[in-house]
Amino acid sequence: MTTHPDPALRETPGVVPQAGPADDWALGVDTVPRAAGTPEELQPYAELGLRDDEYDRIRHILGRRPTQAELAMYSIMWSEHCSYKSSKVHLRQFGEKAPPSDRLLAGIGENAGVVQVSDELAVTFKVESHNHPSFVEPYQGAATGVGGIVRDILAMGARPVAVMDPLRFGAADHPDTARVLPGVVAGVGGYGNCLGLPNIGGEVVFDPCYQGNPLVNALCLGVLPVDRLQKKDATGPGNVVVLMGAKTGRDGIGGVSVLASATFDEGSEQRRPSVQVGDPFMEKLLIEACLELYDAELVVGIQDLGGAGLTCALTETAASAGTGMRVWLERVPLREPSMEPHEILASESQERMLLVVSPDKLEAVLKTAEKWGVLATAIGEVTAPSPDGQPGRLLITWRDQMVVDVPPGSLVDDGPVYARPMREPADLILLQADRAETLPRPSDPDALRETLLRMIASPNLADKTWVTEQYDRYVLGNTVLAQPEDSGVIRIDERTGLGVALSVDGNGRYARLDPYHGTKLALAEAYRNVAVTGAKPIAVTNCLNFGSPEDPGVMWQFAEAVRGLADGCLELGIPVTGGNVSFYNQTGAAAIHPTPVVGVLGVLDDVAERVPMGFVPRPAGDHDQLFLLGETHVELSGSEWAWVTHEHLGGIPPQVDLARERQLAELLAEAARVGHLSSAHDLSDGGLAQSLVESSLRRGVGARVVLPEHFAGGSMPFVFLFSESAGRVLVSVPRGHEKAFTALCAERGVPWEFIGVTDPAAGALEVHGQFRIGLDELREAHTATLPRLFGGAEAARVEVEATRTGTTTVLPATAEQPIDVDPAEVAAEPIAQAGAAPAEAATEANTAAEAGDEATASADVAEAPVADEAPADTAEAPADEAPADVADSTADAAEATSDPDGSVTATGDPEQRPAPDQH
Amino acid sequence: MTARVGVVTFPGSLDDGDAARAVRIAGAEPVRLWHGDPDLHGVDAVVLPGGFSYGDYLRCGAIARFAPVMGSIVDAARGGLPVLGICNGFQILCEAHLLPGALTRNQHLHFRNRDQVLRIEAAGTAWTNAFQPGQEVLIPVKNGEGCYVADPATLDRLEAEGRVVARYVGGNPNGSQRDIAAITNEAGNVVGIMPHPEHAVEALTGPSLDGLGFFTSVLKHLVGAPA
Repeated sequence: MTTHPDPALRETPGVVPQAGPADDWALGVDTVPRAAGTPEELQPYAELGLRDDEYDRIRHILGRRPTQAELAMYSIMWSEHCSYKSSKVHLRQFGEKAPPSDRLLAGIGENAGVVQVSDELAVTFKVESHNHPSFVEPYQGAATGVGGIVRDILAMGARPVAVMDPLRFGAADHPDTARVLPGVVAGVGGYGNCLGLPNIGGEVVFDPCYQGNPLVNALCLGVLPVDRLQKKDATGPGNVVVLMGAKTGRDGIGGVSVLASATFDEGSEQRRPSVQVGDPFMEKLLIEACLELYDAELVVGIQDLGGAGLTCALTETAASAGTGMRVWLERVPLREPSMEPHEILASESQERMLLVVSPDKLEAVLKTAEKWGVLATAIGEVTAPSPDGQPGRLLITWRDQMVVDVPPGSLVDDGPVYARPMREPADLILLQADRAETLPRPSDPDALRETLLRMIASPNLADKTWVTEQYDRYVLGNTVLAQPEDSGVIRIDERTGLGVALSVDGNGRYARLDPYHGTKLALAEAYRNVAVTGAKPIAVTNCLNFGSPEDPGVMWQFAEAVRGLADGCLELGIPVTGGNVSFYNQTGAAAIHPTPVVGVLGVLDDVAERVPMGFVPRPAGDHDQLFLLGETHVELSGSEWAWVTHEHLGGIPPQVDLARERQLAELLAEAARVGHLSSAHDLSDGGLAQSLVESSLRRGVGARVVLPEHFAGGSMPFVFLFSESAGRVLVSVPRGHEKAFTALCAERGVPWEFIGVTDPAAGALEVHGQFRIGLDELREAHTATLPRLFGGAEAARVEVEATRTGTTTVLPATAEQPIDVDPAEVAAEPIAQAGAAPAEAATEANTAAEAGDEATASADVAEAPVADEAPADTAEAPADEAPADVADSTADAAEATSDPDGSVTATGDPEQRPAPDQH
Repeated sequence: MTARVGVVTFPGSLDDGDAARAVRIAGAEPVRLWHGDPDLHGVDAVVLPGGFSYGDYLRCGAIARFAPVMGSIVDAARGGLPVLGICNGFQILCEAHLLPGALTRNQHLHFRNRDQVLRIEAAGTAWTNAFQPGQEVLIPVKNGEGCYVADPATLDRLEAEGRVVARYVGGNPNGSQRDIAAITNEAGNVVGIMPHPEHAVEALTGPSLDGLGFFTSVLKHLVGAPA
């Protein structure tokens, strides 16, 4: 590695090394002097996703054309996912409508929001997307999604202590789902398990709308002493800029590959993998090294490297401090020595952090890194703002050639902002008019019984153990509750029992029918899931997954969703502390359902008081009383039942009343504290029936349910069991507590209804006058679905056993082999299995895969995934959208979720990441 | 005097804090040992915790066995020091030839985390004397490479000598031969176990308190051992 620290330069960082333009190209780099001398040179800005006016603006800022390296930097920093240019104007509502909170130590605009939970401790949490990489390469896409969000949390000064993963896939029985899901799940597990972070919850949702655009969101929770909070500001001229962690390679630079210089040979295209590859072992070492640095107070500022890599980290840290920076790029340790400056600046290689260190602490920092076996290299230094009070400049040289000379703030804060046109989708009125309440409903006991068994076996409602047992939920020894509980609960202080509860929820169908209320419903569900554990909800994060913002219909959905979330948080009195936007989740013209995923964090003063979801075993003769809290209406539109049994999506989603949700949460917290609750379980998808089954199966305790009078007759028992009215919770109350509990409900204004008793001895779920189903039968129906769909590995086991022991004659399993294993489990590989299975699965699970059409469309996608999803030509954007000058407008709340560090990376961002084969 | 139980941290160790907590709850003093430091600091016993030491690169435990601390542990173990290897620690003990056989990829090829019933087969070891022979315990299992394999002669010898410490009951989570979950050396002071007793020591965070027995066993063993 050539390092060439020129002492003269270090002392006068403003000096630009001089070199004749004629020499530069011979070196293979486009330098600042050369750019100044060749204003007419054509540059591939359009291929990089920049519009004409954006390119002109860059030239205006610099007073010349940008160098290649500068062009690469602007193109990625001004891309949708780094600049939030389409979403900014909406996201500022999160700040404007934020309820007052004295807990917020760091909020919107930081790597992650930080919330104080006791005198000494704070927690930080955030959810982000890694959707498109996970479609292209499921394992690494999902793995690096976890890695990215963990570094965000680490950068705040926190020790990461748990992860969650909201996942959405295409139809469960679609062949490509059998490719994507196992890879994503293995990637989430592979990275998180190796990092030693318990996975405490998440979602697994199937819907054909996600066929070409699976949603892989990842949430991380961290804990820090309040005085360990870290900043990203590169303050203190003379301080050293240190790059710590993995070497820099060509990962994730597909987007700037058009800049390959003329000196590159023809084969250069193959050298650019555009999905990053994760190394969780390196990240684990990085975590320990960083925490040791924080505790020894050795760093002034720190920033993780995620989307936009070094470019983002350098410009953000300098811009937020108003300082400049001088960087010797050739000092960056490279995996591939042939990398060019723009590639080094754009690389999204994982497991790297940028530190700002005072010179007298440098040795101690390098020593700590060495202790943990992590590379740390001084690559530059902080420089002073200019004497006239203007912010400093970012100067980057490459082997003595000046390749970058920019005001860092121009990349971070002065990016374009668009008020894109919005229009309610034309089909929405018709969709809303097509109400599921008009569909035929089961109205006799047999039909009801059959519906229940079919519903609990449907992919979205089925048991998810096949997925979650691939995740370590025990490591760190503080997991008090984990999936399938409503919330994950983590103890954060062993001495006091202080803990937090976390839930993430979203419902794309509701949001499709009404994005404003659908988003409020997602918020309400996550809030309620936290509340049922007895925790007090205090903060919100979000990951907004949408189609193309260039589609006015999608933009309208987005605006409505943001408005719904901001209004909802105001009504609940809890602030949004951070989040992430993922646009361009669409295949051709077909966008995914708008899918806002909302995470809510709550506090439990003593985790020993947490309330689990399962009915509690009792000695013979004893039982608990069942109460249903909240009101049940005939609300079936957008429901799981309408989808599973009628493949229907239409109407208006259930009403949401956040004032009532708040009352309910306060009641639950109080009831938990005084010991009124044996169990509490949220009602959501699948309604009361689903909750009864889940609470029964959790610990194998059945129940006898009595229908309230006003739900007797006709299809009313069905409505009682399957309506998805919001604001409802199923609780079991120990005998002797009923009176006090119902009095408390009355006092808090929460409607309640006595609906039966747990029945520890019976081993069955009985709905009086309707049906009685044994727990074994329920369990079989509930747990068989995912192994049947994705259990390819079970077949592998059979094979291995046969091969290894030689004691059996079982041949490599195929669906035809008559062996005494469930044939559906025996397919040799997921693909083969899924290829054979759809008919059967469609019959049994009756998921509404729009079988024929979907299959065809998605097969195309599978062949050319990136090209299909990334309509890159933004030049065709509607003419009436005005690029606003945002010098002022970004200052405040607009930074809401603008977190451009964006470990989100490739998520649907054609501007940053045009498909290699498209250009 | 309180027993001092060392817990080794390798790069990539994950359950080292949990093992130290279990030692503390059992009533002993946990002493953190560092992979690069051959000094055992006079501990009375050692736990090699779970995790992915050195990223599990090359082969689980294959690099860790060469860590400076392991040289001291191997010598001390041959001299009778009680050593418990949990999960990755079990893999390291096999790589270090303190225990026979090897741990290979789970037969179903997935990482699997579940609450697992074990039957204690050998209650005479330094780490299991608090149990009754045949006692069933509930302990979390979580591994990607926990399938115990050895040649048939070794397996026969382990069984004949009563060195199978615990077996999986009610389903084998990883395909281990003869349902083996834990084994011991000839002297009974070194035990390797795939499931995680350190995750079953508190009612709040574990499926049972059954894991505590492994840690109280070693204290009992140390009290009875000649000084």
